[in-house]
Amino acid sequence: MEILLASAVGILTASGIYLILRQRSFPVIIGLSLLSYAVNLFLFATGRLALNQPPILNKYAEVAYTDPLPQALVLTAIVISFGMTAVVVMIALSAYLAARNDRIDMTGETGEDA
Amino acid sequence: MNHWIIAPIVLPAVVAPFIIMVIRYHRDLQRVFSVASVVALNLIALVLLSQAMDGTIGVYELGDWPAPFGIVLVLDRLSALMVLLTTLLALAVVLYAIGSGWDTRGRHFHALFQFQLMGVLGAFLTGDAFNLFVFFEVLLIASYGLMIHGGGATRLRAGVQYVVYNLLGSTLFLFALGTLYSVTGTLNMADLAVRVAELPAEDTALLRVGAVLLLLVFAIKAAVLPLHFWLPASYANAPMPVAAFFAIMTKVGAYAILRLYTLVFGPEVAVTAGLVGDWLLPAALLTLAVGSIGILGARELGRLVAFSAIASMGTLLIAISLFTPQAATAAVYYVIHSTFATALMFLVADLVIERRGGRLAPTPPMPQGGVVAALFFAGAIALAGMPPLSGFIGKLLVMDASRASAQVWTVWAVILTTSLITIVGMARAGSILFWKSHDHSLRPPDLPEDEDDGAPEAPDHAPEPVPGLAFVPVFALLAALVALTVLAGPVMRYTEATAAQLFAPAGYIETVLQRPGS
Repeated sequence: MEILLASAVGILTASGIYLILRQRSFPVIIGLSLLSYAVNLFLFATGRLALNQPPILNKYAEVAYTDPLPQALVLTAIVISFGMTAVVVMIALSAYLAARNDRIDMTGETGEDA
Repeated sequence: MNHWIIAPIVLPAVVAPFIIMVIRYHRDLQRVFSVASVVALNLIALVLLSQAMDGTIGVYELGDWPAPFGIVLVLDRLSALMVLLTTLLALAVVLYAIGSGWDTRGRHFHALFQFQLMGVLGAFLTGDAFNLFVFFEVLLIASYGLMIHGGGATRLRAGVQYVVYNLLGSTLFLFALGTLYSVTGTLNMADLAVRVAELPAEDTALLRVGAVLLLLVFAIKAAVLPLHFWLPASYANAPMPVAAFFAIMTKVGAYAILRLYTLVFGPEVAVTAGLVGDWLLPAALLTLAVGSIGILGARELGRLVAFSAIASMGTLLIAISLFTPQAATAAVYYVIHSTFATALMFLVADLVIERRGGRLAPTPPMPQGGVVAALFFAGAIALAGMPPLSGFIGKLLVMDASRASAQVWTVWAVILTTSLITIVGMARAGSILFWKSHDHSLRPPDLPEDEDDGAPEAPDHAPEPVPGLAFVPVFALLAALVALTVLAGPVMRYTEATAAQLFAPAGYIETVLQRPGS
């Protein structure tokens, strides 16, 4: 279970970073999405993995429970990354429509960066 | 409970949707409401400052949930100062945007500006690490809209880079918060401080990873050297008034470093001792060096000012990375100076670019060139840290604070050398912009229309000659710098008290967690 989740986070992160280093905006956006999936899974696991357990305390019985806070954090993170992805798609689209290509780098202007 | 603390977040959060939904077609009403909101925010910030002045720490529990379980907003001297700084800057920027007509070159400027204000003010006030992330996202998503305000191919492409870079930063932030939560089981800053101090030394590997990841995130926001690449292209291509307001955004990163690495991972916490300062100081020195070299090498005015923003962040982070009360005093003073000076320079850059384009090459003299040249001169003096203005006092304080450090010679050498390089770079830019234009033998005057910022310059309906209103906020920022110099004594007393409060986090922790005494 742990190894499955850990490798899922690792593979998603690695693919995300690989795609972000591409030069066209479409793979970069896909890479950002993969990274946000990875971080959601990671956040989910920070409350320890527990199967088939409710996220609430039961004061009438001694039952194990899973930490509810990471689930709230994941929910927030999902909403935010969803909105952010929508924004970056719109900006990338208008950049593409304005310049007629979707290269992500700025040749010329950023050449003299240190 | 003291409800003033939440007012700086609620007011822009109400005004912004109102502007979008009710008065989206009334440009004059938008301006009125936007300015009124910012003025009201200034008054609120003054009230908050007067409350925090005597060292009391105000806590606002959202939904009345007590601290480790609910989200809290915390008002101490540092937060109050940063809130006032933000609202003062916002007033100058919104007046400039109206005076120069920038707010008419795209849609929803005022609404986005209010949302951004909400994010920045919230980030300064929150006492919860995850809430800090949420306010970061609020200010970022508004800044994406402001960054591409006005459109144009180059600006949009710079916008894509900016958004992608910051989304990466946000992902890293979540990884850092997840790591911290998995070790400590809390995200409230005061509670984190308690748990981190209690943690046995052998269980701290993950905690160190979390602390360094968090530092990386704030270093991205603060444009520290290896992570500064987003800044020059974004700031140089953003509308200049927006870039002037972005001067406070890099400070949000610096504020977060100052807050979390004194409160949670403070100098006396054994777990992360030496972890942060030892790495941050060389990075800050390199940031300062690269910023000033960039000033010397820039071929466009926008990039020149962007690099000067990086250089001033370098100086600020040198002061922060020393992690002593004296250095924090200098850092807080330098934050005020650096925000006003950078913003002043961006606004002056806009005055110049509006008249002759941003390229650093000789062109015919511009209208009102004398006034603009004088303002550029004053801004350059402030940024380079020359005597009459507050940059000098700020740099002197930073250098004085570094005397106790082991790296004192490196710090002094870098600060003094980069000041010289900055002076040379600014003098070069100023003489090309304002003096070479009078040299008729140089070349036939090429028309100033070869502006390569790619923006559709000044649509027909925009007010063509810049009205006098545009000069008011520029002079106001300059006056703020002068006031900061003249009133250095009172300001220093406040910043000393701020630093003392930062380095005695017990009071903060007790107030937030409501544990009377200790």
